[in-house]
Amino acid sequence: MGARARSACLTGGPVPRRLFASYPQTKTYFPHFDLHPGSAHLRTHGAKVVAALGDAVKSIDNISGALAKLSELHAYVLRVDPVNFKLLSHCLLVTVASHFPADFTADAHTAWDKFLSIVSCILTEKYR
Amino acid sequence: MVHFTAEEKAAITSLWGKVNVEDAGGEALGRLLVVYPWTQRFFDSFGNLSSTSAIMGNPKVKSHGKKVLTSFGDAIKNLDNLKGTFAKLSELHCDKLHVDPENFKLLGNVLVIILASHFGKEFTPDVQAVWQKLVAGVATALGHKYH
Repeated sequence: MGARARSACLTGGPVPRRLFASYPQTKTYFPHFDLHPGSAHLRTHGAKVVAALGDAVKSIDNISGALAKLSELHAYVLRVDPVNFKLLSHCLLVTVASHFPADFTADAHTAWDKFLSIVSCILTEKYR
Repeated sequence: MVHFTAEEKAAITSLWGKVNVEDAGGEALGRLLVVYPWTQRFFDSFGNLSSTSAIMGNPKVKSHGKKVLTSFGDAIKNLDNLKGTFAKLSELHCDKLHVDPENFKLLGNVLVIILASHFGKEFTPDVQAVWQKLVAGVATALGHKYH
């Protein structure tokens, strides 16, 4: 399901659209972006996020190592409030559920939720 | 106090009309107990919750899920007065059931995910946004009488 998810539904479009529609306050982190659906900014940035998640999956036994640079970036440069990782994770799950209902079993849901919450922890662990 | 526009109310009721409350209720409660196992603390009397299949097939989970979602349906009929609609249930959840209101948010989000899996493309970002507003409103209303 991982590879299909990356290629089919997570590349830039649905996830940020859902995030900005349900949680408009998240747009405050992107004043420099064109946030119209399908914008090049969103597609490029979405691809970056998806690639990073892919790296985390490939190094699933050492996510901390795989995301070390991103962890520093979020701590010292981006400083995204930790609450937003839950919002983004939820929108990722909604997108996956809507695209792959048959594969998104209760166990798959649990695994993804756990994975995303670990990624979120790692991305905020250097905050202080 | 949450306010829904006429369009938002229409979006909610039209989707809700296609929901099988019994199936969706059982699935929502079941997934809550599977994905967030600490929520099982409220259901000691429900019998076998030892595995995903045990939880999803548990008749008490299904029947309680149906009850919970039926009550959600009442909220949908009273979108202008969620606090009033849930006043008694709020007291019950605080005084008798001792449920941390954080759980209402968890269940609300699980419900949104289930709707996404049932309705696929139809569950657009804008439709999701309205439902996020609704589940947040229900969670607030259920926590309103806590003291």
